[in-house]
Amino acid sequence: MSNAVIDKTELAGDAPRPALRQPRLPKWAPIGLALISAGLGCGIGVAGDLSSKVQWGLIAAALFVLISFALTAKVEGSRQAKDRLATSLIWVCFLLAVIPLVSLIWETIDRGSKVLDGYFLGHSMEGVQTILPGGGAYHAIIGTLEQVGIATAIAAPIGLLTAIYLVEYGRGRLAKAVTFFVDVMTGVPSIVAGLFILTFWIIILDFDYSGFAGAMALAILMMPIVVRSTEEMLKLVPNELREASLALGVPKWRTILKVVLPTAIGGIITGVMLAVARIAGESAPIVLLVFGAQGINNNPFEGAQSSLPYYVYEQWQLGNDASFNRAWAAALVLIAFVMILNLLARGIARWKAPKTGR
Amino acid sequence: MKTDIEPTSSTAPPQDRARGTGRLGDKIFLGLSRGSGILLLAIMAAIAVFLTIRAISAISEDHGNFLTTFEWNTTSRPMVFGIAVLAYGTIVSSIIAMLIAVPIAVGIALFISHYAPRRLATPVAYVIDLLAAVPSIVYGLWGALFLVPHLTGLYQWLDDYLGWTKLFEYNDGAPRSLFTIGILLAIMIIPIVTSVSREVFRQVPQMHEEAALALGATRWEVVRMSVLPFGRSGIISASMLGLGRALGETMAVATVLSPSYDIVPSLLDPGGGTFAQNIAAHFKEADGPARDALIASGLVLFVITLLVNGAARLIIARRKEYSGAAA
Amino acid sequence: MAKRIDVSGLTAYYGTHKAIEDISMTVEPRSVTAFIGPSGCGKSTFLRTLNRMHEVTPGGRVEGKVMLDDENLYGAGVDPVSVRRTVGMVFQRPNPFPTMSIFENVAAGLKLNGSYKKSELEGIVEKSLKGANLWNEVKDRLNKPGAGLSGGQQQRLCIARAIAVEPDVLLMDEPCSALDPISTLAIEDLIGELKERFTIVIVTHNMQQAARVSDRTAFFNLAGVGQPGKLIEIDETERIFSNPSVQATEDYISGRFG
Repeated sequence: MSNAVIDKTELAGDAPRPALRQPRLPKWAPIGLALISAGLGCGIGVAGDLSSKVQWGLIAAALFVLISFALTAKVEGSRQAKDRLATSLIWVCFLLAVIPLVSLIWETIDRGSKVLDGYFLGHSMEGVQTILPGGGAYHAIIGTLEQVGIATAIAAPIGLLTAIYLVEYGRGRLAKAVTFFVDVMTGVPSIVAGLFILTFWIIILDFDYSGFAGAMALAILMMPIVVRSTEEMLKLVPNELREASLALGVPKWRTILKVVLPTAIGGIITGVMLAVARIAGESAPIVLLVFGAQGINNNPFEGAQSSLPYYVYEQWQLGNDASFNRAWAAALVLIAFVMILNLLARGIARWKAPKTGR
Repeated sequence: MKTDIEPTSSTAPPQDRARGTGRLGDKIFLGLSRGSGILLLAIMAAIAVFLTIRAISAISEDHGNFLTTFEWNTTSRPMVFGIAVLAYGTIVSSIIAMLIAVPIAVGIALFISHYAPRRLATPVAYVIDLLAAVPSIVYGLWGALFLVPHLTGLYQWLDDYLGWTKLFEYNDGAPRSLFTIGILLAIMIIPIVTSVSREVFRQVPQMHEEAALALGATRWEVVRMSVLPFGRSGIISASMLGLGRALGETMAVATVLSPSYDIVPSLLDPGGGTFAQNIAAHFKEADGPARDALIASGLVLFVITLLVNGAARLIIARRKEYSGAAA
Repeated sequence: MAKRIDVSGLTAYYGTHKAIEDISMTVEPRSVTAFIGPSGCGKSTFLRTLNRMHEVTPGGRVEGKVMLDDENLYGAGVDPVSVRRTVGMVFQRPNPFPTMSIFENVAAGLKLNGSYKKSELEGIVEKSLKGANLWNEVKDRLNKPGAGLSGGQQQRLCIARAIAVEPDVLLMDEPCSALDPISTLAIEDLIGELKERFTIVIVTHNMQQAARVSDRTAFFNLAGVGQPGKLIEIDETERIFSNPSVQATEDYISGRFG
């Protein structure tokens, strides 16, 4: 095996040897440069009379990246400069993205809290003059809760069973087809799901607009999400558990119900809740199928309803200050609802997690 | 131990009875779960079939060319409508969104997984995940009432420096254009693309990163040698997920865009439309045949998203083979 | 090229947890030094402080001095990247870059450190693969993925990759623990050849291996769970295995614990 002849003298000194100690920029350099660039950005903004803060920010960001690259290249060498360039670009990416997202949340809270109070949550728009302040989103909240509830009642069991089929039974062509189409279904735009229910339920079967029609479209959007997340969770259940139970002579279906599902239940609930949060914000199918209403309609199976996302859209379309305020307030309610669901879901995931972990 | 799990089997009743209920139970359970899978397939098939039926009836009444006509005139008889403007608007706005969002999202994902100090990384990751759940209508509202007024300066600037390209020519007016839509869509999909990419970057085996580090690689070189090659298919699938959302986004576009049925040469001028926005905008006033026309355009959107998803899946499958053989 | 390592008063932490405490030792150039000791005694941690890989772990922190000839690795202004370039490392599990070919894997370190002509690169890759006793097995498939090799071959590929950049010191963290006996033997032979050129430090769980390959052996131990690991003694391998000066070393070697 050791038939290689090594020429030591030739190998030695082949590669240039850098000293361990190399000139480096001081540790505070990035922060200092960031401050200087920010200052310069503002300065140029003021001097050039640039109206938009967006431009100031972009100038500062570009300056920061350029200056730190040039300085590092000069002091530390090109490899370090490339490293520094990547680092500063990545920080700039982070800032560029965080600013609009923070602004989104801030605007919604700031403007939404103006009219958000008990009255807003407890009253509908029935008989409210749209250009005047007043009115509320009670009917929309009812609509959202009912539609999302029905959608969950349809989609969660189907999604759950499909995931069980894929993980526990799925072999062969059918399983492959289902896996593939679940992926495809994840990508179906919400408006297309809405159009499908429209053709099927309203045009062909000739039913009327209703909360239920909207709920069916939402269910279509929800199913693949539930399947995916449940599948992931079921796959985490160690096979030893199943085998242990099967080896005791327990039939497969009882093994699944009594051993597999309880082990994964935390993750499954989390997945379903995240899916609920996802569809609660969908407005496109509601526009097509629920039609929107000003008054309270507690019956999701008959007549038009409203929903929070739809309400936001509707109030925005009215285009006056009072309605804008209502739109922001409803948006805030919607975000709060979605966020609470998310936080709860993650809380459950964390709380239940150690069970599946080693 | 036995009694814990299944009392009937431990008390050992007639063997065949236990097996019998087990078999029946198994059958029912298998039937239910397989049935759900089949139902899912049936829904997908039904979507395609129903939309196609209505679309065919609409297109047969179309007195323009469905693919190349600019107008969308479904109130007059005969109807004249085509998807040229919508297809252009959908694709262009999505491309702009991808060009902005993917590099930034990958950057943030790297920031969280490899660059940020730990105390910053965890909350940032958490917030990004939450932002992925913000409903699109809220983005729409924010886009229309906050983003649009704040973009005029940027537009003026683009016009000053890039106006000569014609693509970035800007004449005064509210910037309710495809470019704004692109920016807004980018902001919307950044969280989702970030969270998926970050998940992938986190799964890069530590030993690959240490291999690079031990050779004397800088942080960026570690990322380039170990993290990005490993995460490439993940980035692609994350981007496709984002693209799918951007293509089908309805409300955010409907609130921000000021639509028209022509293709404006400059990205910064208002005008154009997208499939989803057009459906939402015209739905209320549409009667039977006009509704079918909208359904026909929805079918095209459906097909486009199917193609995008299919392509993503193929890329990932191929990558998997490659790295599967390697891992 | 091989350099002497002189460690004095070295303590390493993970966050607030003290992993190893107050270690001082000298590693002679052109020799093999083996670290043995029970699991958790900090021998791998100590190894990773020798090329500043320890601080890559979140919370990792080091106090003390590591002199490489006359330069302190932890001195002010020392660039950890250059340290790792000078002190190469081979890991427990073979870790060739999965997306790179055999050739690219060996050339990876060189490409980081400057531009080479293609012929130069080919020469160094060939020499390094020969140096790792792998050339004859892979010379016909240099463009195939490195991850397609067997475990033992992958580990030798990683050694080739490490020696291609001509480090002064080669650290090996249980390099054979994931390999079968035949591959292990091949690596052990290789270590014997490499010590002509490099200072080699190897962590091993296998006492026979330490006895076979090393010139000097250091025994690490810890007082109890949660206690920091300490260097008990370091001496000529023969002495450690025949007549150690500390009772704990003898107990460990004769299999009374660990």
